[in-house]
Amino acid sequence: MKPKRFSWPGAALIAGLVFLYLPLVVVIVYSFNESRLVTVWTGFSTRWYGELMADSQLLRAAGVSLTVALLSATIATVLGTLAGFVLTRFGFFRGRALLVGTIAAPLVMPEVITGLSLLLVFVALEQGFAWMPGRGILTIVLAHASLTMSYVAIVVQARLAGMERDIEEAAADLGATPATVFRTITLPLIFPAVAAGWLLAFVLSLDDLVIASFVAGPQSTTLPMMVFSSIRLGVSPKINALAAILVLLTAVLLVVAARVQRGSKPAESSAG
Amino acid sequence: MSAGAPATLRVADVTKCFGAVTAVDAVSLDVRANEFLCLLGPSGCGKTTLLRMMAGFEAPDSGRVFIGDDDMTATPPHARPVNMMFQSYALFPHMSVEGNVAFGLKQEGLRGEALNARVKEALAVVELEGLGARKPHQLSGGQRQRVALARCLAKRPRVLLLDEPLAALDKHLRERTQRELTALRHRLGISFVVVTHDQDEAMAMADRVAVMDRGKILQIAPPRELYERPANRAVAAFFGDVNIWEGEVVAGNKVHCAALQIAFPVTDLLPVGSRVEAAVRPEQIAFTSIDALLTGVVSDVVYRGTASTYFVRHAGGAVIRVARQNSGPETFQRGDTVGLSWPTSAVRVLTS
Ligand SMILES: Nc1ncnc2c1ncn2[C@@H]1O[C@H](COP(=O)(O)OP(=O)(O)OP(=O)(O)O)[C@@H](O)[C@H]1O
Ligand SMILES: [Mg+2]
Repeated sequence: MKPKRFSWPGAALIAGLVFLYLPLVVVIVYSFNESRLVTVWTGFSTRWYGELMADSQLLRAAGVSLTVALLSATIATVLGTLAGFVLTRFGFFRGRALLVGTIAAPLVMPEVITGLSLLLVFVALEQGFAWMPGRGILTIVLAHASLTMSYVAIVVQARLAGMERDIEEAAADLGATPATVFRTITLPLIFPAVAAGWLLAFVLSLDDLVIASFVAGPQSTTLPMMVFSSIRLGVSPKINALAAILVLLTAVLLVVAARVQRGSKPAESSAG
Repeated sequence: MSAGAPATLRVADVTKCFGAVTAVDAVSLDVRANEFLCLLGPSGCGKTTLLRMMAGFEAPDSGRVFIGDDDMTATPPHARPVNMMFQSYALFPHMSVEGNVAFGLKQEGLRGEALNARVKEALAVVELEGLGARKPHQLSGGQRQRVALARCLAKRPRVLLLDEPLAALDKHLRERTQRELTALRHRLGISFVVVTHDQDEAMAMADRVAVMDRGKILQIAPPRELYERPANRAVAAFFGDVNIWEGEVVAGNKVHCAALQIAFPVTDLLPVGSRVEAAVRPEQIAFTSIDALLTGVVSDVVYRGTASTYFVRHAGGAVIRVARQNSGPETFQRGDTVGLSWPTSAVRVLTS
């Protein structure tokens, strides 16, 4: 056997992986650092995890973030799925171009603009109708849902566009009303895309700082807002521990998403 | 099937355009009770579009669709008592074979034992009894096709619409399925409308064949009549090999063909001087040494197993195709001079 030789593609792959994952690895490693100074390694310890768990402010922010992410992802998935369905299955209708634009807008609009415009709407609603006074979790949920439903719609639309219509037509031909066709045929077949859309929306919401900063009220600080403001006062190793947990959570979600996608392909082996 | 049987499905003067393309052009068509009707035509002639209008997936631009006595032009697919089998089979991949067959019955409100019995019955008809628990991806192409058929049959539709049901099958399975379909028709007493672009298949299965071209129906007739009495050149050319010569009607009820430099008698009575086309099937032309209508030189021979096709070049330049069984005593070689003749009854005069 020849000794392994240097290959450019292999090196490029390794460089790419290092580029992507090194920061994460560093954060996780330093989350177990004993030192109070974030950049100096003094020894292994889990004390920052303990301190993290004792920090009620941070935990509260994590709770807000998770609540917002769960609610907004669910709303976005329902609305985005319906939007994607309408765009691919209803042919031409009045206002279609408007709907396409509405869905594309949040994807291309700078977050600052989206956040600002949403804030203006919420303030106007509060002044005009005394609705959602002071803003809070609900306003963030709505803001996130309006942003992430676009992503869900795009994912679902792509899946539906790639799916032959004849299966749905066959169901209609066999006597199923349009609602039954959607529930029993379309939805199960696009489920992987819907699930992926939900996860995407969840992660996007969890990650968002800019829009949340605009529309959040005083009692509804999200985790990214909290982290951002605490870093400005000085980085605590607690943040590393928090980041490590978030990386773990995201990794789990990604694995789940991959499982869902694979489980939908019937031809694959059932092993694993 | 009798000629006077009531129509179970009637398409009246139906037109459908897609942008600038007229996919179906003023088509009228009756499907009789317990009839096996084939829609035959080249690719893109509008067969699928016509079928989809019967099923309700396309709304005609004009014209009406009747099922039984009811005008169903505006009725959505799920409310029509017809079922369509898709060319792709369109099985539900996330349901078992039984689930697929039961789907349509559940929409009728059937549950429990009654449902199971109907599913079993439908699977038995297509001989798939043992495979009810399998998913579509665990079946062969032929088995999938049977599931698609069973799924339609379970609904006991008045008319079964099939879009190229046999296109994906190999020759052996196709012939078997052809026989099974015709047998089913007799057993179940429902009407079949089958799309195909294979004229042999249409001939083998159909009571009547509707020949389509560019959105129009050229002729609807039983296979034999289409073959022997084609209404025009396109139909004649669609059904097997045919020699077609332009000519002019002359006295004595004969047609004079300039290309052949002869006049030969025809059975049809035609006004003298009219321009017509005369069609003669290759297998109806015989080699002869006496009383030949014309002579020519064999320019090519194509061997086709039981028969051969001879290309005979006439002095006037016309090439005449002659089909001949290979079981005959003598054969002819390229370069042989031969005499040809055909009976008067073999000549079909085509107008238009
Ligand atoms: N949804 C559609 N949009 C635009 N044009 C269409 C559509 N469906 C069919 N056509 C056009 O209408 C014509 C008839 O199509 P159709 O599918 O009915 O042909 P077909 O006879 O079934 O052909 P094939 O044997 O290839 O299946 C074609 O020119 C086709 O391009
Ligand atoms: Mg077709």
